[in-house]
Amino acid sequence: MFRPRVIPALLLKGQGLVKTVQFKNPRYIGDPINAVRIFNDLEVDELMLLDIMATRENRCISTEIVKQVGDEAYMPFAVGGGITTLAQAVALISAGAEKVVINSAFARNPAFIKELAAELGNQSVVVSLDVKKTWLGKYEVYSAGGSTKSKSALTDLVRQAQDNGAGELLLNSIGHEGLMKGYDLELIRSVSSVVQIPVVACGGAGSIKHLREAADAGAHALAAGSLFVYHGPRNAVLVNYPEKEDLINNFR
Amino acid sequence: MITIIDYGMGNLRSVQKAFQHINIEAVSSSDPATVAKADKLLLPGVGHFANGMKRLKETGLLEVLNQKVLIEKTPVLGICLGMQLMTSHSEEGDVEGLNWVSARTRKFRSEGLKIPHMGWNNVHVAKPALIAEGINDSNMFYFVHSYYVSCEQSNDVLFETTYGDTFVSGFQKENITGVQFHPEKSYKSGFTLLKNFATAPCSDQE
Repeated sequence: MFRPRVIPALLLKGQGLVKTVQFKNPRYIGDPINAVRIFNDLEVDELMLLDIMATRENRCISTEIVKQVGDEAYMPFAVGGGITTLAQAVALISAGAEKVVINSAFARNPAFIKELAAELGNQSVVVSLDVKKTWLGKYEVYSAGGSTKSKSALTDLVRQAQDNGAGELLLNSIGHEGLMKGYDLELIRSVSSVVQIPVVACGGAGSIKHLREAADAGAHALAAGSLFVYHGPRNAVLVNYPEKEDLINNFR
Repeated sequence: MITIIDYGMGNLRSVQKAFQHINIEAVSSSDPATVAKADKLLLPGVGHFANGMKRLKETGLLEVLNQKVLIEKTPVLGICLGMQLMTSHSEEGDVEGLNWVSARTRKFRSEGLKIPHMGWNNVHVAKPALIAEGINDSNMFYFVHSYYVSCEQSNDVLFETTYGDTFVSGFQKENITGVQFHPEKSYKSGFTLLKNFATAPCSDQE
């Protein structure tokens, strides 16, 4: 039976992994390769590695680090951060990544997705959207780590991503991120109802129950950061992942 | 020695790493002369069907592969696009395939189904086979595809999987085996399958 994927989303800043809250205040978590090794031992469904400073520093996520991840990881993994050319994407896939995650480059030029999909196949291209909810309850899309606001409506952008051949959408709720109080279910519902491609929800997961809620709201896969790197009431750093049995029972 | 066919599509590193992990010798090659000497073949593949066929022709591997597989009966395992290329035709590009197995590749169409089929799913073993030893309904494999295979001969069907409808997730006809999922990405379940493929005697795959 098909089971939604549960994906640790790892944020890379410099040489280390960090965790943010609402896209702010990065806290050092640890060595990325070490974390990947642990997740590999825990047999996670899939992994995501995003270089959160790449776009702002005008560079692409390092192929070297992706190769090192590829050496440790037996599971499929997606990488993102400052990818702006086909050549960069091809290099990252050749280094071992399954998929490339495109955020700012899509915001600047949606047709870039078509170029990537034609070469790599739709399944290897993920469009990432960072979404903030205004105090009036409207959703607005940002890029470049939450600093640049898009002029287009959320539903227009998701359709554009799909029409240009994205295989998957990574939907990040900036407002819910790091708070571990649950996903933005309304956001997930509104996006998954207008596209046929899988939606990966991210931002807010604090428990395995939240993962189920998001799946019921229409998410095809659930990504989480804090849930898999923190443990306990004082958020001690502990790389963790639910037992397979628990995952299967949770989504039954 | 397993020869992984390098025709410019598919992440060879993952397949190579997987064989390394289970202590099976495997090399990648795009050279027809090297492929001609293979004991067993592995045909990987990620991407567009039409591109796959085009690359196979451009690299000059088409002839040696037909010779190895159809005449010499060399055991061959196709993964994902590799499996689909073994069929007679795909709706992806409306292109003819290798036609090694009587099967066609079609696009998922079910209403309300998210496409690609991306994630973990299980297989139902449809017929006994050495490659399926130790595999049952509880084993999960990683799938990522928008097109699926449909067999014309029911006794070629090896694995079936349900996503919306039930589709053929594995076939086997004599020395030719194809699986839709990625065994190299499926941890123990996948390693079991790859080990079975590698260790089965060349003359008797079924």
